[in-house]
Amino acid sequence: MSHYPLQQNLFGDDVEQEPTRAGFGRGLKAAGEANEAIVALCADLTESTQMSKFKEAFPERFIEIGVAEQNLVTVASGMARAGKIPFTSSYAAFSPGRNWEQIRTTIALNEQPVKIVGSHAGVSVGPDGATHQMLEDIALMRVLPHMVVVAPGDSIEAEKATRAIAENGKPSYIRLAREKTPIFSTNDSPFEIGRAYVLWEGSDISLLGTGTMTYQLLVAAKELQNHGISAEVVHVPTIKPLDEETILRSITKTGRVLTAEEAQINAGFGGVIAELLSEKKPTPLKRIGMQDRFGESGTPNELLDHFGLTGAKIALAAKEFVHTTPQYHREY
Amino acid sequence: MRMLEAAGSGHSAGPLDLSDIFAALYFHIMNYDPQNPEWPERDVFFLSNGHTVPVQYATMAEAGYFPKEELLTLRKFGSRLQGHPERTRLPGLENTSGPLGSGLSQASGYAYTLQYIDKQLHRFVYVITGDGELDEGNIWEAAMFAGKYKLSQLIAFVDRNNIQIDGPTDAVMPLEDLRGKWESFGWHVQEIDGHNIESIIDAVGMAKAITNQPSVIIAHTIPGKGVDFMEYDYHWHGYGKSPDDYVRGLKKLRSLNGKITGEHE
Repeated sequence: MSHYPLQQNLFGDDVEQEPTRAGFGRGLKAAGEANEAIVALCADLTESTQMSKFKEAFPERFIEIGVAEQNLVTVASGMARAGKIPFTSSYAAFSPGRNWEQIRTTIALNEQPVKIVGSHAGVSVGPDGATHQMLEDIALMRVLPHMVVVAPGDSIEAEKATRAIAENGKPSYIRLAREKTPIFSTNDSPFEIGRAYVLWEGSDISLLGTGTMTYQLLVAAKELQNHGISAEVVHVPTIKPLDEETILRSITKTGRVLTAEEAQINAGFGGVIAELLSEKKPTPLKRIGMQDRFGESGTPNELLDHFGLTGAKIALAAKEFVHTTPQYHREY
Repeated sequence: MRMLEAAGSGHSAGPLDLSDIFAALYFHIMNYDPQNPEWPERDVFFLSNGHTVPVQYATMAEAGYFPKEELLTLRKFGSRLQGHPERTRLPGLENTSGPLGSGLSQASGYAYTLQYIDKQLHRFVYVITGDGELDEGNIWEAAMFAGKYKLSQLIAFVDRNNIQIDGPTDAVMPLEDLRGKWESFGWHVQEIDGHNIESIIDAVGMAKAITNQPSVIIAHTIPGKGVDFMEYDYHWHGYGKSPDDYVRGLKKLRSLNGKITGEHE
């Protein structure tokens, strides 16, 4: 089995859960303790993006911007020029949704180490509805040169990812969720920007997950065992730069790929894998995620189930895919 | 002018009418070291209307940041003098701009850092915006922010040349009462003749003395200033120009009387 340390209690009803944004909040405060160049800016959403912990600890390094997301990232760009390491937070729908051009020009092209935090991403935002359920942020950010894109799998990893991003000296995007999600990693689990991790070994299909969807792939893999299908689960928290080596090694072994993201399948995580496969290892691909449609109001669980983003639904899709798709093993 | 002709393209009106402000800033007002663009004690300059960068490049060359011969590489493949300023390409630039509206925010972020975090109260942050650029919402977000935090080390110039791409600012998107707008956002406002060096220097002196507000200097300028045929065609004072004259004259201005491809044709 894989060497990645997983939580003992993964599948019980009492599995430990916490929102990834909480891990970010802790990580930002710790980063601020370690480096006084870290500053934090928020567009009127301090509590819900969990910048509140940093604000309480370092009030003189927290800047309230108000509901002005364009100003949020451009003020941050100016602060980076003055030698600071700014984290900016809002809901992903507004940042990078609204201010994408300013991020492109004053952060990516300008090569300033501003960290854009897009909270409340995905359909699990729930009752707020489609306007607030950002599904296009992975695509928007990965397509920018110089931008690092990370979607942590749980709150423990979110804390580590925040610490790592604070020190990477590059424009970076971190995607967080509103709802509490199961914790599958441990304090001892590795996290490095640009690395993917095999959580569960298998031979019939590679299940590639990013963000909080990886947990659902673990649930799916367990379910698939009951159907005699051996699924390998690969967690890909860093969408850019992509750990091609780890991913291709898995795909070479299994000859079938399924990706899962709580986002549009077009141009996002499923997109980058499709690009990789086509150029380096053509392999049949099933992309789980939002199928080119917006979300809607509902409870998070209702929505995840409706859009096929649960372990149970993914297992069904994977089973169908395995039964209808031969394994592609080719030497190149 | 020679730079633009060598490049075969670029913006002419704004760079020409900003020449006096650039001269005052770089050759009298600002504290900087061309041999050490990262000098920690320097004043900083942010260009928000980045399309006017040819005049910044020309000024920087005069100031000794790089050899004047390099000016003729403007907009050419491989040049450090990109069509719109890119910070990473040319030491001495503080920001990357071109798409309008972000420079005032970037300058505000820097000024905020100096005033509240690093407590370096002797350094000043200068920024130039266009007047058409004030159509952008991002500008007013920055204005609100600077007003809230009373960024007194921030000194902005508005190049009030009354033109933008689709016509006079009054016809495209009227800005008046412009002074009133800035004042209501908490700024100290001055209006000057943007071609009078003494007035520019005096206004900055006044702005530096204002310690509880950011400052904006609305500089009234004549697009194409300093170039006979342009200024002669272009010497207007608000109303009275027929739309046809405007279009014809602007075409002449933008194409340097037919010598280059005018921008936004």
